[in-house]
Amino acid sequence: MTAAAATTPLAHSASARRLEASLATRDPGWVKAVVLTVGLGFFAVFLLMPLIAVFLEAFRKGWQTYLAALVEPDALSAIRLTLLTAAIAVPLNLVFGVAAAWAVAKFDFRGKQLLISLIDLPFSVSPVVAGLIYVLVFGAQGWLGPWLSDHDIRIVFAVPGIVLATVFVTFPFIARELIPLMQAQGRDEEEAAVTLGASGWQTFRRVTLPNIKWALLYGVILCNARAMGEFGAVSVVSGHIRGETNTMPLHVEILYNEYQFAAAFAVASLLALLALVTLAVKTFIERRAKRAGAEETPT
Amino acid sequence: MSIEVRDIAKSFGAFRALDGISLDLPKGELIALLGPSGCGKTTLLRIIAGLEKADAGTIRLSGADATDKHVRERQVGFVFQHYALFRHMSVFENVAFGLRVKPRGQRPSEKEIRERVMRLLDLVQLGWLAERFPSQLSGGQRQRVALARALAVEPQVLLLDEPFGALDAKVRKELRRWLRRLHDELYISSIFVTHDQEEALEVADRIVLMNKGRIEQIGRPREVYEHPATAFAMSFIGTANEFRGRVEGANLRVGNDLLPHGQAGLEDGSPFVGYARPHDTEIVAEDTTGLGIAAKVSRILANGAAVRVELVANGPAREGVTDYFEVDLTAAEIAARGLTPGQRVRIRSRRLSLFAEPRR
Repeated sequence: MTAAAATTPLAHSASARRLEASLATRDPGWVKAVVLTVGLGFFAVFLLMPLIAVFLEAFRKGWQTYLAALVEPDALSAIRLTLLTAAIAVPLNLVFGVAAAWAVAKFDFRGKQLLISLIDLPFSVSPVVAGLIYVLVFGAQGWLGPWLSDHDIRIVFAVPGIVLATVFVTFPFIARELIPLMQAQGRDEEEAAVTLGASGWQTFRRVTLPNIKWALLYGVILCNARAMGEFGAVSVVSGHIRGETNTMPLHVEILYNEYQFAAAFAVASLLALLALVTLAVKTFIERRAKRAGAEETPT
Repeated sequence: MSIEVRDIAKSFGAFRALDGISLDLPKGELIALLGPSGCGKTTLLRIIAGLEKADAGTIRLSGADATDKHVRERQVGFVFQHYALFRHMSVFENVAFGLRVKPRGQRPSEKEIRERVMRLLDLVQLGWLAERFPSQLSGGQRQRVALARALAVEPQVLLLDEPFGALDAKVRKELRRWLRRLHDELYISSIFVTHDQEEALEVADRIVLMNKGRIEQIGRPREVYEHPATAFAMSFIGTANEFRGRVEGANLRVGNDLLPHGQAGLEDGSPFVGYARPHDTEIVAEDTTGLGIAAKVSRILANGAAVRVELVANGPAREGVTDYFEVDLTAAEIAARGLTPGQRVRIRSRRLSLFAEPRR
């Protein structure tokens, strides 16, 4: 844990203070001013302004219009579908992610590097391509298309396709969060647990899980944010059927294309709110994890 | 519990970590697996524990075949070099872990667990730290918690992997003595891995000396120190001056010098390596008989009444290597002889251990 602790913001700020305190290493005032202006200016123009614009646009025509846009049936259906998709995709990726990270960190096997690269695949592939893969496999003209239509199973342009695409796109979040941590923690504690007579499940629940819980929660939060916000892959497999296969991001796009700006921004503001909540929870978790990390740092 | 190790072999890729190891360890002894790093001692310990699987060979614990037995069922206590304490649990919970994970039928009651854990913590003199977390303890305290944790499940054998390796010299010495006392109290068969010969000589009932995946010698500390079976044993355990050369009658020809070897019946011209302990090596004046290795006093290190003299070979460097020698004398002898750094002398040995070398 020493390595992880050394890179925490706390350690950084301590060394920054030391750097500032010494005349020999202090930068001239104008350098600080320029760096700060550029950094904060960029932040204001590209991040803060759009965020404020979303809420301003959403409330431009008043509370009534805002609420009406959210309780309208198509909007409600889009919200429901988004929640459903996240409710399926996140738990699935929780299980996959923990299993993959466990395998990579605690066992030696052939093809381990390949597995690590494959876990990153959804990050490196464009979401549109990810969506097209599912159309190619499950679509009417796809490999499994005839068989699926014979058995009356609909995947593409239906909810299962949306869930599949979301699972694919959000797969790496949890695994990526856990692998470095579990690798750094090593196998010693698990081996100790086994020599003390613990079963595999007991070892996981009593030793591994408590050690990774903050990273796991962090991964879940990020995974959830992406699952609810995913546009590209879902757009390809959804078919944009109103009230049926529209998620919130897709609904925003449709409203916008139909010049219903206030309604579009109203739904978009929900997504933006989700992002803000995610950020707040993430910050809270980071703080807790850091405190836990500081407690564990060997002295 | 007695441990029988038969023909254990283990490779990691092309590297042969263990090469046909056989060992018999009777019940109740404290045994040191001693060797340089990379000699396979930790791997052997982990195979005995069941944490690593051997490529070939068998392990018998208390006479029963345990080769394919799961770690859980072997009843071994394992103490890791870096403690491997559960970082999110208090000291108390760490020690209680082995009791809490027992199947419901065998699990002691909460009251019994409390009593047993506190008894163990008192045994390792850490009862007052029960509520602390591992990160709040010093290295020596952590290792004692790890030991208490391993003892909580009443193992038949205790395996310790470099238990004092990560501690500073003073704590190490204390814990060494303490481990010996603890073993004499509990009388549990124990094997500990170490690369520190002093540790092995001081603590163990018997030493298993390993090198390059093989056993070089097994014996009581005195025996291994005084009668090393191989050249490796001689050079690894204790300090020894090394003389490499060929037999010429009653002498060993080392470079341009002749060193009396004091043994009969050696074939002329055969290559040998001789070792002499610093206290079995003597310094003689340069000009007497011409026998002895020419050397120059380089440093005189006083350490109380005992003085160690370091010398450098005087002759041309052999194969680019400068030879260093060490001789133990008393301060009185140094004063009587008037030895000073830079002085040219010869060294001879009172007792030379000779080992045949392969002919080249």
